[in-house]
Amino acid sequence: MIGLDIEKISESVQASLEDLYYQMWLVRLFDEKVDEMFAKGMIHGTTHLCVGEEATAIGGCAVLQEKDKITSTHRGHGHSIGKGADVNRMMAELMGRETGYCKGKGGSMHIADLVKGNLGANGIVGGGIPIAVGSALTSKMMNTGYVTLCFFGDGAANEGSFHESLNLASIWDLPVVFLCENNQYGMSGSVKEMFHIENIADRAVAYGFPGYVIDGNNIIEVMKAVYDAVERARRGEGPTLIEAKTYRWKGHSKSDGRKYRTREEEETWKKKDPIAYFGRLLVESDRSTQEKLDQLKNKAKLEIESAVEFALKSPKPSLDSLEEDVYA
Amino acid sequence: MSQLTLVQAVQDALRCALDADNRVILLGEDVGRNGGVFRATEGLQERFGADRVVDTPLSESGILGASVGLAANGMRPVPEIQFLGFIYPGFQQVVAHIARMRWRSQGHYGLPMVVRAPFGGRIRAPELHSESTEAYFIHTPGLTVVAPSNPYDAKGLLLASIEFPDPVIFLEPMRIYRAFRTEVPEAYYTVPLGKAELVKVGEDVTVVTWGTLVRETLEVVHQLERDKGWSIELLDLRTLSPWDEEAVFNSVHKTGRVVVVQEATLQLGLAAEIAARVGEECLLDLEAPVTRVASWDVPPPLFQLEDWHAPTAQRIVNGIERVMIY
Repeated sequence: MIGLDIEKISESVQASLEDLYYQMWLVRLFDEKVDEMFAKGMIHGTTHLCVGEEATAIGGCAVLQEKDKITSTHRGHGHSIGKGADVNRMMAELMGRETGYCKGKGGSMHIADLVKGNLGANGIVGGGIPIAVGSALTSKMMNTGYVTLCFFGDGAANEGSFHESLNLASIWDLPVVFLCENNQYGMSGSVKEMFHIENIADRAVAYGFPGYVIDGNNIIEVMKAVYDAVERARRGEGPTLIEAKTYRWKGHSKSDGRKYRTREEEETWKKKDPIAYFGRLLVESDRSTQEKLDQLKNKAKLEIESAVEFALKSPKPSLDSLEEDVYA
Repeated sequence: MSQLTLVQAVQDALRCALDADNRVILLGEDVGRNGGVFRATEGLQERFGADRVVDTPLSESGILGASVGLAANGMRPVPEIQFLGFIYPGFQQVVAHIARMRWRSQGHYGLPMVVRAPFGGRIRAPELHSESTEAYFIHTPGLTVVAPSNPYDAKGLLLASIEFPDPVIFLEPMRIYRAFRTEVPEAYYTVPLGKAELVKVGEDVTVVTWGTLVRETLEVVHQLERDKGWSIELLDLRTLSPWDEEAVFNSVHKTGRVVVVQEATLQLGLAAEIAARVGEECLLDLEAPVTRVASWDVPPPLFQLEDWHAPTAQRIVNGIERVMIY
């Protein structure tokens, strides 16, 4: 269903393609920095990195309008950045500082920014899917015209909330796009063992709306598929399920020794690096130069470094704040 | 005998149970090849096969619901929930079905099953990975709730729970999974459910706690005895429902003062129930109001504030001082 019409896509996206390339690096370098600081004991708590999955996060959000909403997952740093989050405040949150998105009391899995239309990451697998349905129902009832893009992983597709949510979205023809980032593993559980079907997108048949399988490491393909689904939703024609096949380069979380998969398999996927692929595409189609791309990467690197500085300079939450924000 | 950590003792209990009874099966997310998120089931799939140590999809409601069907048909399922906070998507199976099947069938059949879940906080993980919400289960008739505080009890209580004819919620204190070792016999043994352990005998005040906080509270008790010369009795409940009223009341008859220390938030925690029952049964023994030391009534915060959320040593000291100088 997808032709890689880069011309058409670049017209449909507000950001420039070079800017998207920059955002993908921002995601990767953010998570690599988190990984590094975790190892140094500067960040605590569990955290889930989306290195290798930048195309779905950035491509998915790129075709949305400012008013559109997203729901995210436990692996949500890329989604937040894609929807316009401030990396300073994200880094401050992970480091438990008062200037963070949750005043330093929530952490990696609780970053939300309603101003930007990000309804939040979620510590429960599948937790965001029904929230996306409620968001889409609001849009329909209040006739606001916004679409909700629901990110979730392969693991979540086996939670009960997935079934209940997709059925509700279907019977009410809601303006929601279900974007499954199939990164091949729910912690140690391989999709080969936890599903008896080839494609999660095939489940769309059971709900009576379209389902598509795409290459999740190709940002152009992601943007094309999500754009079409968003437009369909905006026209009032109902939901779409998109399964983007991708790969989580790092372990599930910090405690994961990755003994359920081979290093060879990891190397095979790393050759399909979504950022390198997009960079080549931009250079080969004369939309950028290697020199410019290197500059963009460097700019992202500086921005992450300054985010760390911002966080380190920010105060830790006061003891008094412990009892705040439980009730209005 | 060997020196084991608490998580190794859990693993050893599961090995014994799988060996002793072929109706026992383990199921849960990552319990097989990965050996569980805390490695409590490490090596067990290799030893007993993928039919008895079963990796499941991410389906908490399915895992717990399937365990109902297994137990009803004579199996002895031991499902693992990775963190207590992850039980919420399967909560309806626990409170609506697991807890009630014996009552619903009017005694015709029960569900011999053990739901294992790490609980408690202060491992620098965020909320939903740091829950001390044992009160939900204690509040639910039909469930037995167990929380060991050391490796020896962990093995014996887990084996007793697996033998038990009704469902047990077995809460493992993850903060002390690897904190220390004790002697643990290699052989099969049980520690009785429903019996508190008298950790330390004393005359002046009774301190009641469970799980992670037993060891930390004992240190506070030793320090206060040295500093103040008080004689403090410490009880480890071990089983949270039904809790050992006799042990608590007997101690209070002797000391006349009670402090209950819990990692759960204050309002309507088990400490509140103990305070109410002590008020009903021991009023004339009491020299001071029953005092609770608990987490503040807020969700578990991120690491910068986490240690202030749970009872600190200082707050335990303050609680004991309050009843001693009342």
